[in-house]
Amino acid sequence: MIGWLDTILQGLMLGGLYALFATGLSLTFGVMRLVNIAHGDLSILAAYLALVIVQHFGVSPFLSLIAVVPLMAIIGYALQTFLLNDTLGDDILPPLLVTFGLSIVLQNGLMEVFSADSRGLSVGEVQTASLPLGGGIAVGVFPAITLAAAIVVLALMSWLFNSTSLGRALRATSDDQSTAQLMGIDNRRLYAVAMAIAMAVVAVAGVFLAIRTTFDPTSGPARLLYAFEAVIIGGLGSLWGTLAGGMVLGVAQTIGFALSPAWGIAVGHIAFLVVLLIRPNGLFPRTRDA
Amino acid sequence: MQEFVVSRSTRLSRWAGLVALAVVSCLIAMPWWGTRAEIGTTTSFLGIVAMAQMWNLLAGFGGLVSIGQQAYIGLGSYVAVMVALQGGLSIYLSLPLAGIVSAGAAWAISFLLFRLRGAYFAIGAWVVAELLRIVFANTASLGGGSGVSITSALTGIGRWQREAYALWIAIALGVGAVGLVYALLRSANGLAFGAVRDSEAAAESLGVSARRVKLTLYLIASAGCGMVGALMAISNLRVAPDSAFSVDWTAIMFFAVVIGGIGTIEGPILGAIVYLVLRQSLAQYGGWYLIVLGVSAVIVMRKAPRGLWGVLADRFDLRLFPIDHRVRPRERS
Amino acid sequence: MSLLEVNSLSAFYGDFQALFDVDFRAEAGRATAIIGANGAGKSTFLRAVAGFQSPPDEAIRFDGEAIGALKPSRVVGRGVALVPEGRRLFPSLSVEENLKIGGYCGRRGGWTLERVYGLFPVLQERRDAPATALSGGQQQMVAIGRALMGNPRLLMCDEISLGLAPIVIRDIYAALPAILSEGVALVIVEQDIGQALSVAEDVYCFQGGRVTLQGKASDLSRDAISAAYFGV
Repeated sequence: MIGWLDTILQGLMLGGLYALFATGLSLTFGVMRLVNIAHGDLSILAAYLALVIVQHFGVSPFLSLIAVVPLMAIIGYALQTFLLNDTLGDDILPPLLVTFGLSIVLQNGLMEVFSADSRGLSVGEVQTASLPLGGGIAVGVFPAITLAAAIVVLALMSWLFNSTSLGRALRATSDDQSTAQLMGIDNRRLYAVAMAIAMAVVAVAGVFLAIRTTFDPTSGPARLLYAFEAVIIGGLGSLWGTLAGGMVLGVAQTIGFALSPAWGIAVGHIAFLVVLLIRPNGLFPRTRDA
Repeated sequence: MQEFVVSRSTRLSRWAGLVALAVVSCLIAMPWWGTRAEIGTTTSFLGIVAMAQMWNLLAGFGGLVSIGQQAYIGLGSYVAVMVALQGGLSIYLSLPLAGIVSAGAAWAISFLLFRLRGAYFAIGAWVVAELLRIVFANTASLGGGSGVSITSALTGIGRWQREAYALWIAIALGVGAVGLVYALLRSANGLAFGAVRDSEAAAESLGVSARRVKLTLYLIASAGCGMVGALMAISNLRVAPDSAFSVDWTAIMFFAVVIGGIGTIEGPILGAIVYLVLRQSLAQYGGWYLIVLGVSAVIVMRKAPRGLWGVLADRFDLRLFPIDHRVRPRERS
Repeated sequence: MSLLEVNSLSAFYGDFQALFDVDFRAEAGRATAIIGANGAGKSTFLRAVAGFQSPPDEAIRFDGEAIGALKPSRVVGRGVALVPEGRRLFPSLSVEENLKIGGYCGRRGGWTLERVYGLFPVLQERRDAPATALSGGQQQMVAIGRALMGNPRLLMCDEISLGLAPIVIRDIYAALPAILSEGVALVIVEQDIGQALSVAEDVYCFQGGRVTLQGKASDLSRDAISAAYFGV
């Protein structure tokens, strides 16, 4: 019994990591209907950037975020401005193709630079430390930090969207980009800002992933799939639904792993398909029509 | 008064038909004149043509972009394994079976995937392929994660025959895929496909069921990929889950179709040639051919969205497989 | 010199030409009506001035400067606002947020939330409601208020009475003199001739993408306007 409780708790915390991956995907889809196939690969790029910084300056991976987050934001801004803006339109094929191409270029590029070896980032004792909660249950300190980071990021996003001028502009553009232009909103620039924010969040996700587990240049697509599953399970366009979606996926995976290590990921995929079957709009669909 | 004629075939298309017939005949005779390497390359070229054509049917004519067609390549490969190793039947029987099993699986999966639209359908299909990969990787009787060799199922068949059979199957699949797409698009249904791709709402209002059209295309494309999967098993003699269900298959289809020219029959053939040439000429540089391929696809999409064939066709007014009706002033005779 | 000067403006949707060499003037502090049947090119004209077409830069001059080639998001910054046909409020924004986003372009001037609420008091009561939960007339008020929040010098209103009850239309039109008194140039597109002529001093009739009649409202007879409107 306690064993199961422990498993579920771990799954909930893993859900925090998945929510970090999912937030960026959900943001770019919400604002500009762009599904970025290279989303996962960009998070792995962030992990490698952190690796280089950690090795070069001997700093903690947490500290490397100070550089990796703005770097990824700049990459996102440039990517949207020079590559992705021109692909947006009624046809879904161009953005899919371009980001799929980008994904393959990134994977093979990282392979050329860093080889196919698995890498990891270490944060020392924090990595293995755990906090006893009493009753024989303990939570890992690092997973708890991850979940806390996810909640902070989501709270920041929620504030940004609901209480700032930029957030209003993002929502307005999501509703009706043509009328938004009449308000003086330069939609192409706004898309670049949205991608920059998405990539900043993805940078956090990538670094936390790299601390939690090892990664290699081909780790990206799996991250894209988990992020996608969390978004769909949570319900499109719902910020806190994304966290719930990540947690459902995380719990499904940890229960799967507890039953049989080889089937953990599969149970996550099955949970996604089951939600798709019984609640095609996700668990927390956005009620306000937009 | 000016008179007009409506025609589909062009003089060029009739010549192209004759040339194609000659080329196919040469290919059928290839085991008697080609080297082993040439036969192998031709086999994989035709396999790529077949699957690219299937992906083209799905995305270019049905508007359904999927990143999960590797699910059916893998499924078809494993059907071949099961037929040969466990069913004890001739492995060549697995070809039609792979098609049937894939179409059946696609039908079942469509109930889930067709709830997703646009780009989400594309990624959802990928999830399904991943799930299948894990299932087969954990099935010990099929070799588990490291895969299984099917050489034992082919004992008694000489190497020359084996490679010749694989080539002929590839010819049947490649030519069959081109012919099928051509026939489908020239049929009355072809107009329905175009209508659904261009505007689902408008097609529905004319009594075309968009869902049925899409499902039909999805089943055909999946059956086609299943058969190509069986061909890959037969020609590689080995099936492993990670490569059979690899997203690289869809990447190949995607790039061959887009570089060649989406929504045309000639495009994917041209794209398959470009793909193979790139792969062969950059073979010694590891993953660089994929980088070049990815970059070229992005450039093509941005500079020439109708692909290389679109550029050629516009410049020289080429139509090898005419599927549209052309109205021309009647020539005075 | 007029505030807005349009010289031989043409506009296209793909191969279809929607406007043919339109000349147009609008003066500060005056209301100009554009009338014409459906498909006459009225909305296309307003959207072209707002920046949604790319005519030669010189085709549209605003306050002496060429703005034809500017993007819509830049045109607003110069002080040209459009209240689009069908209101086009942002459904995921509240009434107040819709008004606030009208000020996104950052132009300084006399219009504030308080003054918009002063002009349309009912909006203050519904400030936190989702914009699309309001009645049609109230939504139209939000749309006009949203445009005013950008402190425009030229305000273009596309069919603001469409689909509204006469009493509601009267309320909305009652707000226009206050806007004009700020020195704003007002351009009103209407299918309803009577409504347009109630405020406008200058009139343009559009038909088939061309200006078929123009002049002072007081100089034009009803018959002349009808003839230009229906092309008879």
